Amino acid sequence: MAEMLKRGSPAGAGRGPGIPEDVPVLAVDGLVVEHRNRTTGEVFRAVDGVCLRIGAGESAAVVGESGSGKTTLAMAATGLGPRSGGEIELLGHSLDAIGRRRLRELRREVQIVFQDPHGSLDSRQSVRSGLRELRGLQRERTAWIDDAGLLERVRLSPDLLDRYPHQLSGGQAQRVCIARALLMRPRLIVADEPTSGLDVSVQADVLELLREVRESTGAAMLMISHDLAVVRAVCDTAHVMRHGRVVESGPCETVFTSPADDYTRELLAAMPGGRWRARR
Amino acid sequence: MKAARLRRVAARVGALFASLFIALTMAFALGRLSGDPTANILGPTAPPEQREALRQQLGLDRPLLTQYFDYITGVFTGNLGESLQFYQANTTLIFDRVPYTLQLVAAGMAIAIIIGVPLGVLAATREGTWWDRAASTVALLGQSIPVFWLGMMLVVLFAVKLGWLPAGQSGTPRHLILPSLTMSLYPMAHIARLTRASMSEALAEPFIDSARARGISRTRVVWRHAFKNALMPVLTIVVLQTGILLSGAVAVEYVYSWPGLGQLALQAIQFRDFPLVQAIVVFGAVVFVLLNLLVDVIHSVVDPRVR
Repeated sequence: MAEMLKRGSPAGAGRGPGIPEDVPVLAVDGLVVEHRNRTTGEVFRAVDGVCLRIGAGESAAVVGESGSGKTTLAMAATGLGPRSGGEIELLGHSLDAIGRRRLRELRREVQIVFQDPHGSLDSRQSVRSGLRELRGLQRERTAWIDDAGLLERVRLSPDLLDRYPHQLSGGQAQRVCIARALLMRPRLIVADEPTSGLDVSVQADVLELLREVRESTGAAMLMISHDLAVVRAVCDTAHVMRHGRVVESGPCETVFTSPADDYTRELLAAMPGGRWRARR
Repeated sequence: MKAARLRRVAARVGALFASLFIALTMAFALGRLSGDPTANILGPTAPPEQREALRQQLGLDRPLLTQYFDYITGVFTGNLGESLQFYQANTTLIFDRVPYTLQLVAAGMAIAIIIGVPLGVLAATREGTWWDRAASTVALLGQSIPVFWLGMMLVVLFAVKLGWLPAGQSGTPRHLILPSLTMSLYPMAHIARLTRASMSEALAEPFIDSARARGISRTRVVWRHAFKNALMPVLTIVVLQTGILLSGAVAVEYVYSWPGLGQLALQAIQFRDFPLVQAIVVFGAVVFVLLNLLVDVIHSVVDPRVR
């Protein structure tokens, strides 16, 4: 299977013009995101001084319970969400230094896979027309594979090309989302709870697909999840978040098998997938 | 798949016929409930024999059910009776006026759409800002200003004080400007509000973030993705508003002496010309039913989920 995936490998993935290999694809430094309640005027700090580095081809996970600021972090890090303070460097460019246009171009190299696959597809757009729209953004970058080949790579039948989102199952829709991400030959894939909206029966398949895509393209990955089994299957390093702060960081195995922080230990016990710890 | 779709279409058409039937029945019933028309036509002092003769002439002396049956058959054979004041077939009277009203409604709706839709989109994409509040205020004003008052004010300003435009009647495109502007205000406000609500809902959908995340430009995301998804309620209201205007632009046509259907309806009511009133109501009901059908057709074209 891995062989099949490698055959159509997107040539040149992971190499943008003039960006050296050792520059991290994502460097977040002291990120702060605050939300102000419009009626009470109260300020809520969703992300509180987070630092994060993801090198080319690396995969990192941000774990934490819901409301810990994981998704806010991911949205801010890709320039999609608000940011109150701190520095973000995406593919070697500081988000403060570049304009909207450049940011939009950068985003094409940073692809996000969202939690709700149906929600993240435009219900008025067939699979084919969605791909055509993306191809229109960057013709040369997306010319490496045709639509049918792309669907095959995410193990979908090309027959699905003319389907609309409501005619796809959750797993199929998420594969379409992954295909759309893959088409752009991203250097960083952000996956925000990519399997938690899916049936348990297809979660493992989609996860496996994400892992294969990462391996075959050499793209870095930032995985947001509350599910330890998911994180463990795909990521090298893990960052544990609580109340907007990173309380512990390190290689996945270390963080999960011998957590240094009390909260991590608590979290591990409470989290789905925490059972695997018993097997260590 | 095909059979299910056919069943759905059949059910829709059936429902439309049912609503048409109810509307026809109500028009008939209301006509009879308003009392003996002969008293109104001949005046209270007319001798009973004269009223009886008129009742016979109008067929009002027959049993109610027979009248109803004749009326329904008439509607489906295109015979809507004869006017009491014009001594002409009601259909002829109506279709003589329709082109004028159609002109007015087309111009008014065009203005309403051209201003209302961008205003709503602007407000939704700049939610909470000064733009949004300004657009909401305009919409609120548009929905609360009475049409006849606005009409008179425009006449006073542009026709009387400035003398730029004719104060009434029809004929040239210049005659069309003031009435269509007046007519456009309410639907414009309605369209703007609905567009704003619908757009702001669509813009909050996850696929909007998803599209932006893929590097699609904001303009394209707003118009191609959000607007396309927000379009359906707006289209529906455009079509239904058109129906409302077509069957009852009474105030505007009265203020501007516009020789359309609304004016005809007013004349009919003033003269107690109940066959004509009834015919106009029937015409309005048919227009509404047809426009509803149009909404369904548009819906199935725009939304792949309905197909």
